[in-house]
Amino acid sequence: MVNPSWEIVIGLETHAQLSTVSKMFSGSSTAFGAAPNTQASAVDIALPGVLPVANRGAVERAIRFGLAVNGGSSDNINRRSVFARKNYFYPDLPKGYQISQLDLPIVKGGGVTILSPTRGEITVKLTRAHLEEDAGKSLHEDFQGMSGIDLNRAGTPLLEIVSEPDMRSAGEAVAYAKALHGLVTWIGICDGNMQEGSFRCDANVSVRRPGGPLGTRREIKNLNSFRFLQQAIEYEARWQIETIEDGGTVKQATVLFDPDTGETRSMRSKEDAHDYRYFPDPDLLPLVVSDAWIDEIKSTMPALPEMVRNKFIEFGLSRAQAEHHVSSIETAKFALSTFTETPPKEIPDLSNWISGILSAKLNADGLNFSQSKVSPEQLRFLSGKVADGTLSGNMAREVIDAVWVGEGEPDAIIEKRGLKQLSDSGEIEKIVDQVLAANAKSVEEFRAGKDKAFNALVGQVMKASKGKANPAQVNEILKRKLSQL
Amino acid sequence: MSLTLDEVHRIAVLARIEVSDEQALATQAQLNDIFALIGEMQAVDTAAVEPMSHARDLTMRLREDVVTEHDQRELFQSIAPRVDDGLYLVPKVIE
Repeated sequence: MVNPSWEIVIGLETHAQLSTVSKMFSGSSTAFGAAPNTQASAVDIALPGVLPVANRGAVERAIRFGLAVNGGSSDNINRRSVFARKNYFYPDLPKGYQISQLDLPIVKGGGVTILSPTRGEITVKLTRAHLEEDAGKSLHEDFQGMSGIDLNRAGTPLLEIVSEPDMRSAGEAVAYAKALHGLVTWIGICDGNMQEGSFRCDANVSVRRPGGPLGTRREIKNLNSFRFLQQAIEYEARWQIETIEDGGTVKQATVLFDPDTGETRSMRSKEDAHDYRYFPDPDLLPLVVSDAWIDEIKSTMPALPEMVRNKFIEFGLSRAQAEHHVSSIETAKFALSTFTETPPKEIPDLSNWISGILSAKLNADGLNFSQSKVSPEQLRFLSGKVADGTLSGNMAREVIDAVWVGEGEPDAIIEKRGLKQLSDSGEIEKIVDQVLAANAKSVEEFRAGKDKAFNALVGQVMKASKGKANPAQVNEILKRKLSQL
Repeated sequence: MSLTLDEVHRIAVLARIEVSDEQALATQAQLNDIFALIGEMQAVDTAAVEPMSHARDLTMRLREDVVTEHDQRELFQSIAPRVDDGLYLVPKVIE
């Protein structure tokens, strides 16, 4: 895919639906899945004479975001911001304009640090983030030449987050989108549900010769999964490169991605692009936020993913392990509570259980870490049993399986199943002697220099002990006995 | 600044207003009168004046995030030209 004679330049515009219970400018519910038009008030359907009143909860969430992308500093939050009308005609936009922000958005600047697949750690700068309202939904099927309009979504608060064109591959765009998704859910401003459209991306893609001037960009609209984002950018970049190499030119356009064909196709060209005729909305006074309010919001912010990740690295974990544990705030809380007051040598096992067996079980059951059926306390109990030699790693995983399916507390399961590692060297020596006597052939092979024979003998000892012998002791005793033969 | 006849037609398209060539000519003259007035205003030196986004020097009042509206679909749809299954029906538009 990567063609070294071309550089891909990507910027993303992301719409995050804010997790308020009511709409941006009306007191209608924002709950998903209600019967059509039952959550569309006189303001949302734009009856004459209505006036919008902005939602404090939505403004607060925008400020939280601003603080989170600026290292906690508030110098990127405009103390005075202005709402503007973005005018266009479409049946699911009953006012004939969308209330948005243009010249003075609530958040200006900031950045998101990501791990690029090829360039290491990079910071994607943010141009701005502004508040706006969503449109309704048009349904084009089943109405004999008519379109059906559902205005439940009309007026739902959105934060549109605009990045600088700082990404150079589809992989970086996905890493950024995932980091942003992790962040907005971490700080509790968006539920992040991509199937329900709570988090969707538009990608601006252009190609150029490395170091050359920027090429003409095309904008891919409405990508609602990380996989589609990746596929759409890869297809679009390849298409632009091929077009230019074949002697053509790329014209500025808005395109749609078709997940069925994996292709992008032009929706409208620049010539018939919308002319939105923005102007300040006379229905809404300037939005002024005080330092005192910002400080109050700051005091309720959780530790950010970057800080928690560093804490995990201080626990002795690898960057990749730490990255896994901050993939969501639920995971981070679970891992922190598991590692706290745990002897350092037990942490690697615990970390592997969290990113391995537990993550797999949660994924399979569609749960997150706050819903785990095995608690941090139970995990710590098990790591203690592994550390003191009572249980082998395999036995501990067996207990986790059993706790998961509701067989009870770990100590009861260990008792009931007779799970106890055999660490009595006298016992193990006896088993080793029997195995050596019964496997003369393997012993011969070992003496002839075949290392594999040693492993076969270990396997026999483990089998003879019904899997209970302490593997480290078996190795040691077997080695000693063989050298004495 | 003044508008060309093409620009008048373009504005009419954006505003979804159908204008005949005759109406476009009349509109062009009216709009250019307005532009002349704007030109006069723009000649005023405002270098020391901070731009306003609203005629009143007030700031926005915010509402608490609570649901205060209840379902009035039946009432609202009683004046709609066509509805089906709770949806408003409009002439088909696909972009």
